[in-house]
Amino acid sequence: MSKIGDKIKIHPLYVRIFHWINAVAMVLMIMSGWQIYNASPLFEWLEFPRSLTLGGWLGGGLQFHFAVMWVFVINLLIYFFVSILSGHYRRSMFPVTPMSILRDLGKALRGRLPHDVGHYNSVQKISYIGVIVLMLTVFLSGLAIWKSVQFQTIGLLFGGYEGARLVHFICMSLICAFIVMHLVLVAIVPSTFIPMITGWARKSAPVEKGVDHVA
Amino acid sequence: MLLKRRLAPLMLERTQPILNIERRAFMKQTLSLGALALLTGCDSIEDNTPVDRILKAMSNWNDKAQGAIFDPNKLALTYEQKDVVDPFRFNAFYGEDEVVVVAEADYKLELSGMIADKASWTLAQLRELPQQSQITRHICVEGWSLIGKWGGPSFGDFLRKVGADTTAKYVGFKCADEYFTSLDMATALHPQTTMALTFNDKTIEPRNGFPFKIRVPTKLGFKNPKHVMEIFVTNDYPGGYWENQGYNWFSGA
Repeated sequence: MSKIGDKIKIHPLYVRIFHWINAVAMVLMIMSGWQIYNASPLFEWLEFPRSLTLGGWLGGGLQFHFAVMWVFVINLLIYFFVSILSGHYRRSMFPVTPMSILRDLGKALRGRLPHDVGHYNSVQKISYIGVIVLMLTVFLSGLAIWKSVQFQTIGLLFGGYEGARLVHFICMSLICAFIVMHLVLVAIVPSTFIPMITGWARKSAPVEKGVDHVA
Repeated sequence: MLLKRRLAPLMLERTQPILNIERRAFMKQTLSLGALALLTGCDSIEDNTPVDRILKAMSNWNDKAQGAIFDPNKLALTYEQKDVVDPFRFNAFYGEDEVVVVAEADYKLELSGMIADKASWTLAQLRELPQQSQITRHICVEGWSLIGKWGGPSFGDFLRKVGADTTAKYVGFKCADEYFTSLDMATALHPQTTMALTFNDKTIEPRNGFPFKIRVPTKLGFKNPKHVMEIFVTNDYPGGYWENQGYNWFSGA
């Protein structure tokens, strides 16, 4: 982690590029995915509002989904492997233990989790590990749906075609939950927003009292 | 948001599908602006916006990617007799009350294009060919899936028997209900691609495609034409009813 004065670099360039491409791709994938979902809903009680769907009709939704998927997947895989090879995950995400998660979650709920610029607490670590696993799973289950014959071995991991559809839906739902939490926490601690653009954060930035940074 | 490749010659010859598009459009109210242009007779529906151009290019790219992924020897999973859904779901671009009933006595399967022996075939002749059957999963472009058992002559064997040029790119289908679609040659020759004269060991019903349906377990449902009247082999992209409106042409499973 490099430092200039009281500023420290907390997000490497490749992470920021990944983050913003992923943000756009994810929104397009979810909105076009909802269009596709509506053509044959998995659950009778759930249909997505047309105003939140992309593509105008099923054919348009599919076109968006199968175009943007390349951006989403290539971006995700580059980020994933660079993060592993560069040691980013090892340094930033680990170690994380069930005990440390419980401890930090307890602190967070009592408003006593210290905000340490450039270091993730255990709740942050497990959230990011979780959403990365979800994105990889949504990719693999998507492959199993898209090419159910060619990638039938992957499909079997999810219990076949219909199983993959369900897993794909559940991953989407949990990713949506992550996005909501992520945006709420950035809104609560707005000083975390600029570093995801510039990479730099003020080491001495005043930390909002009693507010936990998990975004 | 409409993907239009090339205007298929079939589309020009036949006006009925356009009328059917209109009917479905107003029934379902889910049409894109591009398709609305089609309804109003405007034929400049290609590439309306930069986004449409990108989506079209990506869909063409996806055709190539799927062609590369396609393994001609990879078989679709097969299931047990107890998994078969019978009666099978009716699905078409029109309602079940409008199902076309082809008369067996008059029926002749016509062959055209790059095929050496273009003699037509009666149903009796098709039934005399060696038959195969599999229990496979039918997956609709909408997402739902159902398992069925389809039986009939191997389509690949049929193409070779009539001297089709198997180096050609496409096999096209014209159907009694004005539906039309096309397959890449590799998929047409896939061992599980079947001229389905039967469903669940009984003569296939009109609602499921009588006289026969081309059953392609390695494709989405709309690539499985029913009530097939004519088969042609060509190197000119034939498109299809849904493909011309924006569904991805290859649509492999």
